Amino acid sequence: MQDILSSFEHYHKWLREHEEPVAETAGFLTDRIRQIEPDIHAFIRLDKERIVCRGRSLDERSQGGALWAVPVAIKDNICIKGELTTCASHILDGFRPPYNATVIEKLLAENALLFPGANMDEFAFGSSCETSFYGPTRNPWDLSRIPGGSSGGSAASVASGEVAAALGSDTGGSIRQPAAMCGVVGFKPTYGRVSRYGLIAFASSLDQIGPITRNISDCARMLEVISGYDANDSTSVDSPVPKYTESLGKQIKGMTIGLPEEYMGEGIDEDVRRSVTESVDVLKRLGAKIIDISLPHTKYAVSCYYIIAPAEASSNLARFDGVHYGYRSPKSDDLIDMYVNSRSEGFGKEAKRRILLGTYSLSSGYYDAYYLKAQKVRTKLSQDFDRAFSECDCIVTPTAPNTAFKIGERMDDPLMMYLSDVFTIPANLAGLPAVSVPCGQDRNGMPVGLQLMARPFDEEALIKVAHAFESETAYHKMFSGGCG
Amino acid sequence: MSDIYETVIGLEVHVQLSTRTKAFCGCSTAFGAEANTQVCPVCLGLPGVLPVYNKKAFEYALKVAMALECDIQKTVKFDRKNYYYPDLPKNYQISQYDMPLAYNGKITIEDEEEGSIDIGITRAHLEEDAGKLMHDEQQAFSYVDLNRTGTPLLEIVSEPDIRSPEQAYEYLKALKQTIKYLDVSDCNMEEGSLRCDANVSLRRKGSEKFGSKVEIKNLNSFKAVRDALVFEQLRQEEALEEQEKVIQQTRLWNEQKNVTEPMRTKEEAQDYRYFPDPDLVPFEVAPEVLERVRQSMPELPRRRKERFVNQYRLSEKDVEVLTSEKPLADFYEAVVSEYNDPQAVCNWVKGEIMMHIKDRPKGIEDLGLKPGHLASIIEMSKKGKISGLAAKEVLRENLDSGKDPEMIVKEKGLEQVSDKGELESIVVKVIEQNEKSVNDYRGGKENALSYLVGQVMRQTKGKANPKLAGEMLRKKITG
Repeated sequence: MQDILSSFEHYHKWLREHEEPVAETAGFLTDRIRQIEPDIHAFIRLDKERIVCRGRSLDERSQGGALWAVPVAIKDNICIKGELTTCASHILDGFRPPYNATVIEKLLAENALLFPGANMDEFAFGSSCETSFYGPTRNPWDLSRIPGGSSGGSAASVASGEVAAALGSDTGGSIRQPAAMCGVVGFKPTYGRVSRYGLIAFASSLDQIGPITRNISDCARMLEVISGYDANDSTSVDSPVPKYTESLGKQIKGMTIGLPEEYMGEGIDEDVRRSVTESVDVLKRLGAKIIDISLPHTKYAVSCYYIIAPAEASSNLARFDGVHYGYRSPKSDDLIDMYVNSRSEGFGKEAKRRILLGTYSLSSGYYDAYYLKAQKVRTKLSQDFDRAFSECDCIVTPTAPNTAFKIGERMDDPLMMYLSDVFTIPANLAGLPAVSVPCGQDRNGMPVGLQLMARPFDEEALIKVAHAFESETAYHKMFSGGCG
Repeated sequence: MSDIYETVIGLEVHVQLSTRTKAFCGCSTAFGAEANTQVCPVCLGLPGVLPVYNKKAFEYALKVAMALECDIQKTVKFDRKNYYYPDLPKNYQISQYDMPLAYNGKITIEDEEEGSIDIGITRAHLEEDAGKLMHDEQQAFSYVDLNRTGTPLLEIVSEPDIRSPEQAYEYLKALKQTIKYLDVSDCNMEEGSLRCDANVSLRRKGSEKFGSKVEIKNLNSFKAVRDALVFEQLRQEEALEEQEKVIQQTRLWNEQKNVTEPMRTKEEAQDYRYFPDPDLVPFEVAPEVLERVRQSMPELPRRRKERFVNQYRLSEKDVEVLTSEKPLADFYEAVVSEYNDPQAVCNWVKGEIMMHIKDRPKGIEDLGLKPGHLASIIEMSKKGKISGLAAKEVLRENLDSGKDPEMIVKEKGLEQVSDKGELESIVVKVIEQNEKSVNDYRGGKENALSYLVGQVMRQTKGKANPKLAGEMLRKKITG
């Protein structure tokens, strides 16, 4: 099958040549996805009729918009008016939001073609996309492996050529880590850069919506569309959005890139280390100055994250109680039973684990020892980055310590699973922009991701460096092949 | 109350701020709409939505804080108070925990014995209201109405400085009066825009240690607060006298039976798991905002009372009535500015005007009376253009039709007859027709003259100047 979705540009050219109505294209793309889906399961649901209908409405409008007819998969935790949105959880059974998330409004304004229902870890709790109530997604590069989590469906749908781009959400690496494991580009913008309105919250102070694409120029396009201040989100920042596409093709000569020692130590897969080291050489060759830096509090990041994120999650998920919408247990005699049974039956194991963790750490008597302490560590971590960014423009690290592991391999070892995000979590705690780009393959042919981090609101630096790197290498052109 | 014990009372008052929209979304806060018609994804707490705080509610709260002479927090932070209840859509309430917007204030009340005393205000913080449950007991169904969810509340917590049910009553009165002066809440207890819980305990006089505290809920009128406290004070005293322990508990006021009843005997320690709401970024209170609010502060009741006494030379009692509500005091001053006889205006407002207000649900604003119109009525009466009786009639007519008082006087021919020539024939006629009274008067009965004056008034349909009529009658009779 022809890889028409390798880039927006390529796809638009194909559209022009074929002169087919978007409705037709939408149907054709949906059929393609249906062929691929039995292997990948990147989507929880795929409603051809609705997608063709959206295509038809695009045909009725004048052509144009930065994302004209571009098929974009939407993670199942981003609200679309009238569309089932379940966070891959049983507890949101049948929930159709009566409103659009701000990012959805923005995509629609640029005439994107939405493909809702991208699979994910339940409520974004997980690093492997295995905790979905609807079953795991598989990695297009090797169907026996996980695609990474929690935006595994989004990453796999892009990597397998089902769609040209996807929206994911990143709380502790949930965009970058699956992007790395599926060999695509995943971008977590600065906290406050993209509105969270309509993103079903996991941890409000960490969550950020971002794009997953096949290459950095498509990523810049997506980012340009979804960024910007939103009066509906108090945490959204009112500062002008640069034209990110203008950062494409810029020289990186003279830029200083920091290499933190803490990210290259023990526990890293040898192939990952080699790919990252080679990538750093590429950046050096492109004229960047590479310096060694230190982020000493990195070793506390995972512990800190696993206090703060579940604490916020336990409160954010309290609204799923079987009263107003979603799943309600039929076996309840009184109010307390209704809560207990609905939640016991509605949430999966990992969701319950995190709710318990968070409830515990916020309880009186433990608050100071856990939540408050974690907030202090968080400040220290941010200060590490402030110091580092006084010396360099950009930080380069592996995205994940290892490549995609086998499905089921870590399901019974939550601590090991949590370590998948050890390199991505710090950017969330500090609210920094970060991107993962493909930078190699391991001995099994599985993709390796390179992570770049920058100062808050300096997404441009990331696009510049990532694009220079991409222009010099061919990793982004590697295709999972399974479906191409 | 015996001499052995001292009552310690602290009040928690929830004031519904009268913003047009809710605390964290743009929904209407109007009272009494059909269930679930004033809701949006935000106040319904639907998945994915985010709160955005209402600047107006914040400014209203600042006004109250300033009126209560509170310190104001420099950085405003919102917290989540987590608990489960079907009327709470998010299952947490956005509130303020360790950094209340305002703290350390006071309000002065009048105590019959002790005179003016200050009651400390521990804190005042902003929070959102919950919804309402309606239980259909026949069908065993419960319904949720979320219209009220997200309505801005200001919780005002007093220090345990209150020493009697009377003082508690005075505290609420002073608080309500102040807040109404600020025009930030209608403080209507029936509609729930003012809600009060009371904490009460007894201790031996002279002791610093507090006794076991009982919290009384379900107090929906000022009277209920006072009655419940009186009951509870006695109940606790009796318990102490009998050497029983007062159990720390929450009790409900049963208005029918006039008793407090235990709500939960075993007080379960609720863990609300407060933490800063990550959806609402803390912000600094801008000096411009503080300044703007300060500029908008009206003269508060105590200050106004003092000024009225000094400026208008009125008695404390009169001033109490005139300044009871801001619109009434404003109205009074507007009338005085048109006709400068403060005592006369005061008498009219306290008398006739209050009588007309009594029949209305709201107050002076409902009467539709223009200060200029009242001033003109008083002036006409004072100058003898119309009689006192006629003046009252002119007011009634003015309230009904809104017509200019002078027009009313002209149209109805109510002008007082002060012309001797015009009265002459009537006076003669009255003397002829009332021989007995005339003789009585001659015989020394002063009262008989009043009767004759009354007859003149009747014949002139109230238009005669009674003073003049009296003089003319006396002259004619005693000759």
